[in-house]
Amino acid sequence: MNHFVLHDARDTVAVVVVEGVKAGMTLNGWIMDEDRMTTIDARQDIPIGHKVALKDMAPGDTVVKYGIDMGKVVAPIKAGEHAHVHNIKTKRW
Amino acid sequence: MSVISRDSTFLGYRRENGRVGVRNHVVILPLDDLSNAAAEAVAHNIKGTLAIPHPYGRLQFGADLELHFRTLIGSGCNPNVAAVVVIGIEDGWTKKVVDGIAATGKPVTGFGIEGHGDHATIMKASKVAREYVQWASEKQREACPIHELWVSTKCGESDTTSGCGANPTVGNAFDKLHPLGSTLCFGETSEITGGERIVAERCATPAVRDRFMFMFNRYQDMINRHKTTDLSESQPTKGNIAGGLTTIEEKALGNIQKIGRKCTVDGVIDKAEVPTHPGLWFMDSSSAAAEMVTLCAASGYVVHFFPTGQGNVIGNPILPVIKICANPRTVRLMSEHVDVDTSGLLQREITLDQAGDRLLENMLRTANGRLTAAEALGHREFVLTRLYESA
Repeated sequence: MNHFVLHDARDTVAVVVVEGVKAGMTLNGWIMDEDRMTTIDARQDIPIGHKVALKDMAPGDTVVKYGIDMGKVVAPIKAGEHAHVHNIKTKRW
Repeated sequence: MSVISRDSTFLGYRRENGRVGVRNHVVILPLDDLSNAAAEAVAHNIKGTLAIPHPYGRLQFGADLELHFRTLIGSGCNPNVAAVVVIGIEDGWTKKVVDGIAATGKPVTGFGIEGHGDHATIMKASKVAREYVQWASEKQREACPIHELWVSTKCGESDTTSGCGANPTVGNAFDKLHPLGSTLCFGETSEITGGERIVAERCATPAVRDRFMFMFNRYQDMINRHKTTDLSESQPTKGNIAGGLTTIEEKALGNIQKIGRKCTVDGVIDKAEVPTHPGLWFMDSSSAAAEMVTLCAASGYVVHFFPTGQGNVIGNPILPVIKICANPRTVRLMSEHVDVDTSGLLQREITLDQAGDRLLENMLRTANGRLTAAEALGHREFVLTRLYESA
């Protein structure tokens, strides 16, 4: 089962695509652009559609998805944690 | 081998001006808010007609008024419409809309209410509507080449599965339609924010690129003029955020998956303008679902691809809206709204190519007459874009 997918191998976050992801689970991920698999251990429960961090990130870091800048880190994030509006913000507007 | 090729056909209604529609509506079109009651009464009297009420049309001026006329006239001109009865509070602006629609050669008659009242107007308009609907009911579908099917796209209540499943499915279908000489459209200007360089690089010529960047920057300026926050509760929407989308950049990068990997952006139009040649067009437009889809109908598009993640339920009175969803939870909980389920993509049960073909197959069936989920459920959202206050 794919628990998460990412577009580009450089992405620092990935999308959980199944329901029921709980802290402690080892998650299987599909890197779509390269059609190969990877894994990460979830540190938190993550709802379907929400993102899991793939690496440790510090405030000010750029978050990469689709291989492209999708915003900035505003609170520390550890690999395997839930990455969303509580720790990432837009760089626009 | 894709489900479509240059030789593919669909069964459509060829209109007087040569354009092809896939629906055969007789529309009762109010010019303004005051005429909704009479328009709805006529549609109630005459079975098979369709009133499309809306709240505007009084004391608008300048570019906002031009857009109002362009949207109403464009809606009446849409080849999914066989004939139109226009009802307005007075004769002058009513005639302007009638004349605009009459340029297509299709039957259209207008009625002004002032000096007559609702009763007499409803009676006169009902007589004409009855003639039109009986005339239209004899129109026959004929086989038409695939490139005559104008297809627009706009996504809604997106989540992260939109960007990795439903939107790339539309992109794959667009990549297959574009080389056949199709006329295609995308827009949602604010929702390109963060991906504008990618769209600019896809523009076919420097002139198209300049026009796209002009439209993009014009919208950014509008947002900067009016914003009170970083729009973090409007764009992305609350629904987007609940679905896991975090920033406008992330939403935009998912949004532009809809233009595929190969299509060039061949032209740029302002809101409700009509494309002048085949290819993929960018239309400057709101990212609000019903506003954008209404503008696509006014531009002459006859089938719409609408990917959703969290489950936007939108439809349109004129333009069949095909819903594509890759979120397995939404497909499970809201199946009555989903025309094309591509959730298998995210588990590698189907390929992107297969997902695109599934959508194209549904597009042909929809064009041939199959009702979309939104049509069967009665979704007829008709929402006019306003540029500023009335006078």
